[in-house]
Amino acid sequence: MQITRLFQRYPMEFILLAIYIYLVIAAPGFASVDNQLNVLRNVTMQGIIAFGMTMIIISGEIDLSVGSGVAFAGCVTAWVTRALTDITGPYFAIAVGTLCAMILLFGIGVITGKLRQHFQMPTLITTLGLLTVLSGAANLITGGFPITSFPREFSFLGSGFLWGIPFPVYVFAAVFLFVYFLMNYTSFGRALYAVGGNLEAARLSGIDVWKTKTLAFGITGVFTAIAGVLIASQILSGSATAARGWELDVISAVVIGGTSIFGGKGRIHGTLVGVLFLGIIVNGMTLLNVSEYWQLVVRGMLIIGAVLLNHMFDKSLVKH
Amino acid sequence: MSAVVETKNLKKVYGSVVALDSFTHTFDKGRVHALMGKNGSGKSTLVNVMAGVVEPTEGDLLLNDKSVSFRSPADALRANVVTVHQELSLVPELTVTENIFLGRMPKKSAFGLPVIDWRGADKATAALLEDMGLDIAPNTPVSQLSVGQQQTVEIAKAMSFDPSLLLLDEPTSALATKEVEMLFGLLRRLRERGVTMMYISHRMSELAEIADTVTVLRDGQHIGSVEMQDTTNQEIVDMMFGSVANDRPARRAKKLDTTSPILEVKNLTRANAFRDVSFKLYKGEVLGIAGMLGAGRSEVLRAIFGADKFDSGEIYVEGQRILKPDPRKASSIGIGYTPENRKEIGLVQMQSIHDNLSIASLRKNATNGVITRRAEQPGVDKQIEQLQIKIGHADDPVSSLSGGNQQKVVIGNRLNTEPKIMFFDEPSRGVDVHAKQQIFQIIWEQAEKGLSSIFVSTELEELLEVCDRIIVMKEGQMLGELDPTETTITDLYTACMEGL
Repeated sequence: MQITRLFQRYPMEFILLAIYIYLVIAAPGFASVDNQLNVLRNVTMQGIIAFGMTMIIISGEIDLSVGSGVAFAGCVTAWVTRALTDITGPYFAIAVGTLCAMILLFGIGVITGKLRQHFQMPTLITTLGLLTVLSGAANLITGGFPITSFPREFSFLGSGFLWGIPFPVYVFAAVFLFVYFLMNYTSFGRALYAVGGNLEAARLSGIDVWKTKTLAFGITGVFTAIAGVLIASQILSGSATAARGWELDVISAVVIGGTSIFGGKGRIHGTLVGVLFLGIIVNGMTLLNVSEYWQLVVRGMLIIGAVLLNHMFDKSLVKH
Repeated sequence: MSAVVETKNLKKVYGSVVALDSFTHTFDKGRVHALMGKNGSGKSTLVNVMAGVVEPTEGDLLLNDKSVSFRSPADALRANVVTVHQELSLVPELTVTENIFLGRMPKKSAFGLPVIDWRGADKATAALLEDMGLDIAPNTPVSQLSVGQQQTVEIAKAMSFDPSLLLLDEPTSALATKEVEMLFGLLRRLRERGVTMMYISHRMSELAEIADTVTVLRDGQHIGSVEMQDTTNQEIVDMMFGSVANDRPARRAKKLDTTSPILEVKNLTRANAFRDVSFKLYKGEVLGIAGMLGAGRSEVLRAIFGADKFDSGEIYVEGQRILKPDPRKASSIGIGYTPENRKEIGLVQMQSIHDNLSIASLRKNATNGVITRRAEQPGVDKQIEQLQIKIGHADDPVSSLSGGNQQKVVIGNRLNTEPKIMFFDEPSRGVDVHAKQQIFQIIWEQAEKGLSSIFVSTELEELLEVCDRIIVMKEGQMLGELDPTETTITDLYTACMEGL
């Protein structure tokens, strides 16, 4: 009985564990330390954004622009680096570039929130537009060719190791802890749930509902910039085609983690599970020599199945 | 085209509640029969039985001496019993024609395939509208019509079913005076054609204009039926409220310090909602606002709280002018508001009891934006105890609670902000008798501690019971003040209907 209850409460955790054990046994090389670290590294970039996306979705909104945002951030950083390296040296230039990307994406997030507040623009539409706008902007910045302005040492951020663990994993962990703190120990985080659960009830309770939503977009913008810089470091250039289509993976990870697409409900550790889930599935299937086309089919089915499962158990939880 | 409606011992029971009890009466054909009774008296249940919306637990319904049993509204429609609903049931994006023939558009054959006969439908609609003396083009989208015109389209739609019995449940509640005139003109024409009508309205003044007979219900029972021309409003109200009609409830002894008001409102106005509303609220006072639906009671409260905007007027809290209030600002200066529709906008249903008791006080409980559940725990515990909220565990979803306990959570959420002023908008709606008394007790206890409250309720008895002073509003205007110790329910009801 106890196990059943536990399974109902944490269905995705159990399934993740089962798949993990299966892959350790069945997939050659899956359990090796190198591969484990590889999986971790691969999920970090999307994971960082997924943590921000969780806040947005819980607040009752959505952001479809993050994929282009990543590319845009990388290109901005590379461009600023190219422009400033001769004057300030490469490291200061990279720092300035990163800051520029963060500020720009934070600002775009704020604008998305303001459009929602003042003109009732659905964020689905605003960010769908931004997806294209940012992709175009990234191409304008680069002129269609990757900007290779970074010094070789810069690759440490995306590809380097610190105490045996890929550096991006530290960033990933730091962002997770930061969002965990935000969502559980700040009035902003608690307001996210109320705002997404019932906007009018939250407003009448004296919560600044629009500031709450807008801030979620702004913070996610900053996370997107961070992911963009990490990617740029990994490929050692600012490329307008990086991270294409990520928005759907990111949203998938969030909903697999049990966050309601309608807002008001979700946990940040759920998103962590969702991110690892997607990463492990992809890695495992590749190791098992599953064809790429089948991988797509299986991934899609898993998303549907996971959300279905969450819904089923959610109902049974409400009844008790 | 006409039906005699007879009921024999009609009874409808919901769980342990008897909504309609042995109702026996014969409604003559071709007349307008007004049904009167306070909320929950059973008049809507009676109409719903006739409309096939609910099946009676016992008893018979006879149309033209033939027993009928409707299992669905469709059954009733087939017997030419047609309902005009309280809420408009038109689709705004569709045209008048499409709405009238919704789901049953006339078809014609084109190349052997059935297609919609638009020309025929428009023609039929035009004929229908003209027949009723309405000047509306059939292809006008309903969204472009005024509310009054929409209501007449609703009746035109009812007429297209060729009714012998027409059921009207508060058809005038959303209409302005001129539109009511138009509607009444229409109903008189229908009467001339012999259509029998059941008419529910809370507006006493309408009865003399449109009704031929008045049937009064109380607690599900048939109290009496009288010819409109032989009765007075006083007699009808006495029948509605029974023996308590002339009671003066016992009051708590209360001395108010009326030197300086905690809240003062001057000439508050919003177009089409309320105008020139001015009043004062004193420390520890429970002030009631009486009025019928649409009198502007809730609208005034929401404007002061800043939930809605207003056009002009001034608001002072403890002598300080409050400019452009919004819920956040109002909360921070110590005003709390519990909305009338608790399920929709009072609670976050998917969150826990703990969370719902802590939403309004998030800022108060946080230091530099950082908050822990432990910091909220005292407030949660305090309200659960003080308001006697019956719960399993504070982490259970708030949706698992009964209506009364949910209402207490709404109130507790506000009390946790330690307000100076509280607005209670219909706090007893959908709450059982016991919980209702507890909620009144809470309001009094808080008043003893110095909280000033404004209490709005559709149930006039409650206002007399709970309040120290009552303001009467009608059609957006303040008519004046009443002292509950010197007011009977008949007085108050008449004041709300006819003015002071």
